[in-house]
Amino acid sequence: MIQIYKAATKHQTCVKDFLKILSIAIFKIHKKENMRLFLNIIIAVSLFSCIESKKEKPLDEMINMVHEVNEVNDFKLEIYDFDGIEKFFKTENDKTYVINFWATWCGPCIKELPHFEVLNEEYKSKNVEVILVSLDFPKAYEKKLKPFIIKHKLNSKIIALNDTNSNSWIPKVSEAWSGAIPATLIFNKDKRQFYERTFNYNELINEVEQFLN
Amino acid sequence: MKKTIKLISVLTVVLLISAFSIQKSVVSPGYEVGDIATDFKLENIDGTMVSLSDYKEAKGFIVIFTCNTCPYAVAYEDRVEALNKRYADKGYPVIAIMPNNPKVKPGDKMEAMKARAKAKGFTFPYLMDEGQKIYPQYGAKKTPHVYILQKTKKGNVVKYIGAIDDNYQDAKAVNQKYVEDAVDALLEGKEIKETHTRAIGCSIKV
Repeated sequence: MIQIYKAATKHQTCVKDFLKILSIAIFKIHKKENMRLFLNIIIAVSLFSCIESKKEKPLDEMINMVHEVNEVNDFKLEIYDFDGIEKFFKTENDKTYVINFWATWCGPCIKELPHFEVLNEEYKSKNVEVILVSLDFPKAYEKKLKPFIIKHKLNSKIIALNDTNSNSWIPKVSEAWSGAIPATLIFNKDKRQFYERTFNYNELINEVEQFLN
Repeated sequence: MKKTIKLISVLTVVLLISAFSIQKSVVSPGYEVGDIATDFKLENIDGTMVSLSDYKEAKGFIVIFTCNTCPYAVAYEDRVEALNKRYADKGYPVIAIMPNNPKVKPGDKMEAMKARAKAKGFTFPYLMDEGQKIYPQYGAKKTPHVYILQKTKKGNVVKYIGAIDDNYQDAKAVNQKYVEDAVDALLEGKEIKETHTRAIGCSIKV
């Protein structure tokens, strides 16, 4: 801690910023449960900024970084096993659900994700809801999944599915599913269709339209 | 005359449609258990060409479509190596085939395959599905995707299709070792209990 402070004081402009950030941190600490972790992150962020201070990183940006770290800590991810998630695959109401299975490490999934986001926004009024089911490994929830959701400001409902016995639950989603992602299930109370493929926006809309009357 | 033209045009349309639908059905959905699997001649990481027919002593094969870049495939690397160590001498060697298009996934180029195999000490062949011609015949949809073959007079018969075991996250928490159970059954001349299983994997990159 002292060392870090010494390092920081080497840069005059940095000291001010460092103290400001520290004061924000202390202010936040009163509200935080995991204070130590939070303080460590703040110091790390500050130090990083100090080292980079030659590039004159604006204070706003530094505070943003702190907020981002904060957001990840605050973000509550819904995590289920398949029994817990199964309720999302049934409906008695008039909604049409579009369930997309994805993961942050899956390139084609990331590519098509924006289409599902737009669909969720544009088709809300038509009683369509998108649910994004992440199959990220649990060890990636904090480091990859949560930051990804925050960075890309995903608005659709997101749930994480952590159930290793995929042989038991994959056929429950669809008998046709080999287990490859991306995969998408569209259903309402009358109709159900599974797709082991990627979509562009038009293709996705075309499929969804067939569920709307 | 007009009627004939109409009839001909209708017939043409019908023919065209049926031609297309026939072409569609020609696309192989891949093997089912009991089918005869095709042999191949694919380049290995050591530069040699490998075929199933090279293995004169083998009783069968554990063919695994896998790659460098899929986290699920990576999670299974050590277990695939363990399978080869356990079963190669018993007559069921692992044959790994990399089905992705390396232009789409540069991390799966031959050079990268060599590097990965060296780093992990793979003792099984790790083959490039050059031109992506083999995996569609098998019907592999993802990595990793396993096909256990048994050598017979008719050819290499598909005996099992699916996952390696029931826990991709943690090898120690596995309850059912599907591939081991299947190969053990074949070695003992017993019925394979589960001939088809599923697991999450990465789609094959074309």
